[in-house]
Formats: sequence, C-alpha cells, structure tokens
Amino acid sequence: MPAIAVQRLGEYTVQLRQPPRIVGAFTLMGPREGAGPLGQYFDAIVDDDMWGEVSAEKAERKYLEHAARRALDQAGLAEQDVDYLIAGDLLNQIVSATFSARSLGIPYLGVFAACATSALGLGLAAMLVDGGYARRVLVATASHYQSVERQYRYPIELNIQRKETNQWTATGGAAAVVAPPGEGAGPRITRITFGRVVDWGIKDANDMGAAMAPAACDTLLRHFQDTNTTPGDYDLIITGDLAKVGSKLFRALVERVGVTLGGKHMDGGASMYGTAPWAGAGASGSVCSMAVLLGYVYKEMARGRYRRVLALPTGCLHSPTTWQQGDSCPGISHAIVLETD
Amino acid sequence: MDRDRKAIEGAKDYQRLVQQLAPKPNAARLAARAFLVGGTICFLGQFVFDYFRYRQPTEGEAIAATLASMILLGVVLTALGVYDDVGQLGGMGAAVPITGFANALTSAAMDFRREGFVLGMAAKMFVIAGPVIVFGILAGTLTGLVAWLVGAGP
Repeated sequence: MPAIAVQRLGEYTVQLRQPPRIVGAFTLMGPREGAGPLGQYFDAIVDDDMWGEVSAEKAERKYLEHAARRALDQAGLAEQDVDYLIAGDLLNQIVSATFSARSLGIPYLGVFAACATSALGLGLAAMLVDGGYARRVLVATASHYQSVERQYRYPIELNIQRKETNQWTATGGAAAVVAPPGEGAGPRITRITFGRVVDWGIKDANDMGAAMAPAACDTLLRHFQDTNTTPGDYDLIITGDLAKVGSKLFRALVERVGVTLGGKHMDGGASMYGTAPWAGAGASGSVCSMAVLLGYVYKEMARGRYRRVLALPTGCLHSPTTWQQGDSCPGISHAIVLETD
Repeated sequence: MDRDRKAIEGAKDYQRLVQQLAPKPNAARLAARAFLVGGTICFLGQFVFDYFRYRQPTEGEAIAATLASMILLGVVLTALGVYDDVGQLGGMGAAVPITGFANALTSAAMDFRREGFVLGMAAKMFVIAGPVIVFGILAGTLTGLVAWLVGAGP
C-alpha cells in the first residue's frame, strides 16, 4: 500500500488539520534591541546586556530560560502543562537551550537551524500538537551578541572594522506556547513549508544575507506553488534575518521569476536596529526572527493590522571551521503561515 | 550532468548579482580615516619618544620606553572598551601601529578569561596576535641570515 500523507499540500507543504494556536508569547530583549524601532513591541527589556552574569554564555541561557518561563506565565500554564520544550540557539552543542532545559525539566527536543530556529521550532510544535502527540509545546530560543561574536568571529574588543554587509547578532530570548485551537485566541499556525539547504557558493561569512537569500527565495516559491497562493493572499511576507543586503538580493531573485512582493515584504533583521550605523546591514541571531514574530507580528495581528502572515525565517548554517577551511555558507529557510480567526 | 552544470551556472550568475548589489565602500573616506587615526597614533608615539629622548641619554633606551608606553596605551584603551571603536573608525590605521598589536593580545586575553587563567587567558591570548609573532620572528631570522651571508651583519 502506498504511503499517503493526508496533511500535505504539493511537494513540500504541511496543511494542519486543526491549526494550533500560539497561546502565550514572551520577548525579552537587550538594551540595543529595546532602543530600536521595534523596541515598543517587546515585552521586556533588560538594561544590562550581560544581565549581571559573568559570561555572555551564562547571560544567553538566562535570556532563554526567563523568556520560556514568562511565556508559560502569559499562557497561564505551568511546566507540567506542556509536553515538550523545543529549543535551539547558535552556540556549539546548543548549550543555551540545553542548559535551560535542565532547569525547566520539560522533555526536551534540541534543534538547530541557526537564525531560522523560530520557524523550525514553531512548525514542529504545531505538527506535534495537531497530530495529537502533545497537548502543548513550548518553543524557545535566544542569542547574545557577545557569545556569538566570540564563537563565530573575533574577540569583542578587537579593533576590527565591520563591513556594511556585516550583521549584528541580536541579544535576547523569546518563547511561545503552541496549543490546540480551543485554547485562547492567538494566531493559528495553518501551514508549514520546511525548506531545503540551499548553497549558491557564497564564501564570505561576513555577508550572510547573500548566503541566505537563495534559501528564502527557494522556500517562498515552493510554498506559493504548493499552496497555489500569491503575495496578494498575504497581508505581510516577513523574512528574517536577511538584513538590508540580503533583502535586496532576495527581492531581485524573486522578481526574476516574475513574482512581485511590492509593499508586502519586510525583513526582521533590516528592521531591528533601523539605520544605526554600528549594526551594518542589520540584525541576525536566532532570537531575531523569533522576537520579530512574537513581538511585532504577534501584536500587530492581535490589533488586526495583519490577518494572514507568511513568515520566512532564514538561517546561515556555516561553522567557523567550515568557513576557515574554505567552504561556502549553506542557507536554509523555513516558512510558516500565521492566521487570525 | 546537465542539471549540475545548470546549477553551477546559476550559482555563478548569483555571485555576479551579489557583487553587483553589494554596498560599495567609500575607499577615499576609509583611507582618509585610516590616515588620520594612524597618523594621530604615530604623532603621539613621536611625542612620547621626544619626551624620553629629552630625559634619557641613549636612543635605544628611548625607543624601548616609547614602545612600552604605546603598548600600555593600547592595553588601557582596550580594557576601557575604547580601542574597538578606534578600530571601527580607523581600520588599518588603528591595527598596524603597536597599539593595535597590544589590542589584539589584550582583547583575546579578556575574552577568554572566563575559561580560566591557564587554558583560557594565557593560551588563547595569542589567537589573533600569534601569526604576527610567528612571521615576525621568521622575517627577522631570514633578514639576519641574509645580512650575515652578504657580510652586512654586526
């Protein structure tokens, strides 16, 4: 008997039967993120990016754990009310997620998709809930400018001249609870298109936007094809974190195949810091797309500004070792559709 | 095969697009900033040297004291979190003088302090500055060897 997956659309897309909701969300960001144009959308801002910790790694996991706990509070739930914690971050062995899971005590699924962790986590959570494998799932991620800079690039105080293509890793944590549609009134995750790893040979790790733009384009076009939709069917198409350089490339690639995004497209990384010169092309980091989704998008959906949003978080999957050995930077993009009732 | 070739051509085509849309750095402005920052550091160095020259009799001692002072300046500015901003402003103008070398050592030492004094700070101190030392010693040895061979050595 041939295998039939009934909840699929086209080649790559998942159509959820009873689309689960985001019933609780919390964004907890650092001072630079709080001072940016999206600052008003975040739930809490920590004035000291190190949050009183002695190392950036310890601070990063504090952001993740606190965001996760506050998201549970927002949903009016306790740890035992969720069946899984899906979490990831950018550090080696995803330690921020793992160490937070240690204190949260919830069965833990650690995931890695670099800065696309948000969509991977939310997508998997929605599938688990809709499939009846979990009552509720907590999704969390975090990143920290200093810990990521140390791991991927140079010492913090080194006199390196940043390029205009460089992106600034966002500091903060963000988390959401995904639950069956009967609980609460938050936006529903209706469709998911998990992306392929796409690598078009960009070797400059200081230009991650260029490395990720083809992946975002690939997932977007596959999603349109599978769901038979066009940009006109969405109120907002939000990528992240292609930043300014990557967004330009993304739009150019999409336009080449005759798709016009018009005013519908926004990029989380390009929006996070506005025109601050130190930020280069904009923000990155696994918390960036999660915070933009759970901060800006979630709240604007609650206000009724957007009813149907296509989110395409993007991740650059290189490691410092592969980059130093001359390999190009593979990109990935996972798409989720958020809809209000 | 045909699919592979198409993919490679597609990637090359994309890399051209990336080049085309890449932000163009203003080379003249960057060079002017490097000149001003590097020049200021060298002016300071000259000032310190002249001061030691005024106080100390031999030139060799004055040079050594100047280098030590500039290194100290680089270390202090790094510890205060200022030198990375100088680097953002001046690029190579901040990296090439000996203050930049001091910054490379200090910034790495500060970064890895949490991993312990021996395997962290002491071991990782040279991750950026190490090559400068290695190739500096190598270049010095080769130059000395050549000087000795042609009979120009001391």
